[in-house]
Amino acid sequence: MQLTASEKILSAKAGEVVRAGDIVVAEVDGAMGTDATAPFAIKAFEGMGGGAVWNRERFALVLDHATPAPNERVSGLHSLMREFALDQGVKLYEVGDGICHQLMVENGHAGPGEVFVGADSHTPTIGALGTFAVGVGSTDLAAVMRTGRIWLKVPRSIRVDLQGEFRPGTFPKDVILHLVGALGIAGATYEAVEFGGSAVRSLSLAGRMVLANMVAEMGAKAGLVDTEGLELPAALTGRSFAEHNADPGASYRRRLDLNISDLGPQVAAPDLPDNVQDVRQVAGTKVQMAFIGSCTNSRLEDLQAAATVLRGHKIAKGVRLIVTTASRQVFNDALADGTIQTLSEAGASFITSGCGPCVGTHQGVPGDDENVISTTNRNFRGRMGNPRSHIYLSSPAVVAASALTGEITDPAPFFQQSATASSAVRANS
Amino acid sequence: MVGDNVDTDRIIPGKYTKTLDTSELASHLLEDYDPTLAGRLEPGDILAAGENFGCGSSREQAPIAIKAAGISCVVARSFARIFFRNAINVGLPVVEVPDLDVTDASQLRVDVRAGKVVDVTTGREFTGTRMPPVMSQILAAGGLQAYLRAGGDYTVKE
Repeated sequence: MQLTASEKILSAKAGEVVRAGDIVVAEVDGAMGTDATAPFAIKAFEGMGGGAVWNRERFALVLDHATPAPNERVSGLHSLMREFALDQGVKLYEVGDGICHQLMVENGHAGPGEVFVGADSHTPTIGALGTFAVGVGSTDLAAVMRTGRIWLKVPRSIRVDLQGEFRPGTFPKDVILHLVGALGIAGATYEAVEFGGSAVRSLSLAGRMVLANMVAEMGAKAGLVDTEGLELPAALTGRSFAEHNADPGASYRRRLDLNISDLGPQVAAPDLPDNVQDVRQVAGTKVQMAFIGSCTNSRLEDLQAAATVLRGHKIAKGVRLIVTTASRQVFNDALADGTIQTLSEAGASFITSGCGPCVGTHQGVPGDDENVISTTNRNFRGRMGNPRSHIYLSSPAVVAASALTGEITDPAPFFQQSATASSAVRANS
Repeated sequence: MVGDNVDTDRIIPGKYTKTLDTSELASHLLEDYDPTLAGRLEPGDILAAGENFGCGSSREQAPIAIKAAGISCVVARSFARIFFRNAINVGLPVVEVPDLDVTDASQLRVDVRAGKVVDVTTGREFTGTRMPPVMSQILAAGGLQAYLRAGGDYTVKE
C-alpha cells in the first residue's frame, strides 16, 4: 500500500491503513495554546468538566500574541494562563521566550511522524519536522486537553516537488508565496501540502518551516516536509521516530513540480496573500513601515539575510524598520554573531520576541494610507490593526532592501555582490 | 450577505479578541466590512456568504461573535476548515452550499440536519454538502463541550 505522508502518520495512529477521506480518532502526541486562544480553551476545558490535562508533559501554553501585555485586560488573560499552568503543572513559555511554533520545534515538543495539535492557524509550521501538525480553535484544544484525542478527516494531499537552486536574493519565502499565488487562498482547503524534491533536501530546518508555515494561506490542514536531509533540533537528539515520509507511489489530488532556479523574489500585494507578483511588478511602491518578524520569517538566517542587505548602510528617511525574533534563542544567536548590531546600526528597532505587529494588537500598528512591507503571512485588510493601511508580504531580503531605499526593491543585487565577494574570499584563502 | 474570502480578521479584528465577554465580541462583528451590520441584525437572522468564509486565523472568537450577535445559522458556498470546525464546536449551525445563489432580500429557511436551504422569496431550493456524522452529532449535542459532557467519544452512534 503506497501512502502519502499524512495517510502514513494517521494510519499508524489508527492502527490500520486509512486513506484520504476516512475519519480517524487519533491519540495526540503534543498540544499547545497561546494567549490568543488558550483563555477560551481553559474556559471550555472547565465547561467540559475540567480536572487534569491528559498529559502535562505533552501540553504547553505560550504567551506570544500580545506580549508584554499592552493593557490590563490582556494582562488579566495572561494571569489566567499562568495560574492554570501552575495548577496543572504544565510548561508555560513566558513573555519574550518566543513564538509558539518556534518554541515547539526548538524545545522538542514535536517530532517526525507525530500528531500535534495547536490552537493557532499556523501550527502546520511544525510540519517542517515531518509532524502532522494541525491548527484548531479553542474548543477543539480544550477537548484535546481533556481527552488526549482528536477526530480528524484524513486529508487528500497535494505534492510539491522542488528542484534546482535558489538564485541570489531568492529564498524559501519566495517559493511559498509563489505557490500560494499559483494555488490560491483556498487552493488546498481541507488538504495537506507535502513537500519533497532535491531542493528540499538541502534546506535548513528554518527554510522548511517557512514552506510549511504558509500552507495555512492556501487553507490547508497540514504541511509536511519530507525529512530526508533534515538536521533535527538538538532537543530531539537521541529520540527515535516512526517512519513517516510519503511512499513513492502515493496518490495525490494534485502534483506540482517547481524548478526554483526559475524563480525570483515574490511579493503578495494587498489585500490577499494569493495576490502574488514578481517583485519587479511592484518595485517603486513607497513604504513607510518595514517589519521583519512572525512565525514565518524571523529566524537567524532571515535576520542574516536582512543584515547582508543593510550592513554598513542606514535605512531611508521616513521609513521605520521593526524587527522581532522568532525566539529568545534566535535573539541570543543573532546577538552572538553580530547580526543584531548590524541591523541596529542600520536603524532597526527591536521589539519583544512574539507575534507583535503581525496580528495587529500592538507594537507597530501602521497609520492611515501607509504601505507596509512585511515578512509575515497575511495581508488581509486590517490584519496589522488598521484597515486603512496596505500590507505587502515578502522575504526578509525584500523587506531590508525596501527599508533601505524607501520603496519596494528587488534585493538580488545585494546578494550577487555578496556571492561574488564570498567566492573572492574563498579564492584568496 | 457577504462576499468571498471573508477572513476572521474581518469577522472580528484581532484587536477586539482579548476578552472572554461574548456580547462585546458581537458588538464588533464584521465591523470593518460593514460598520452598520451589527446594528441592523435581528435575532434569528441567517448570514449568507460566498466562498472560503472564515479563512485566516484560528480564532474561535469569530463563530462566537456571530452566535452572540443572534445569528442562527451561516450558509456559505464554502468554508475555511478551522472556522467550520470551530462553528460546530461552539454550536453555531453552518451549512456548506456550493451553488448558493441568494441576495440580501432573500428570506431563507434552512434545514441544517438535511443540509437544505430554501429561498422562500424565489422558491429556489439548494442542497448542501453533508458533514461527517461525528460533526452532526457534536452539533446536535449543542457543541463539543456538551457532547463530551454527555459522554461523547467521537464514535458514531446510529
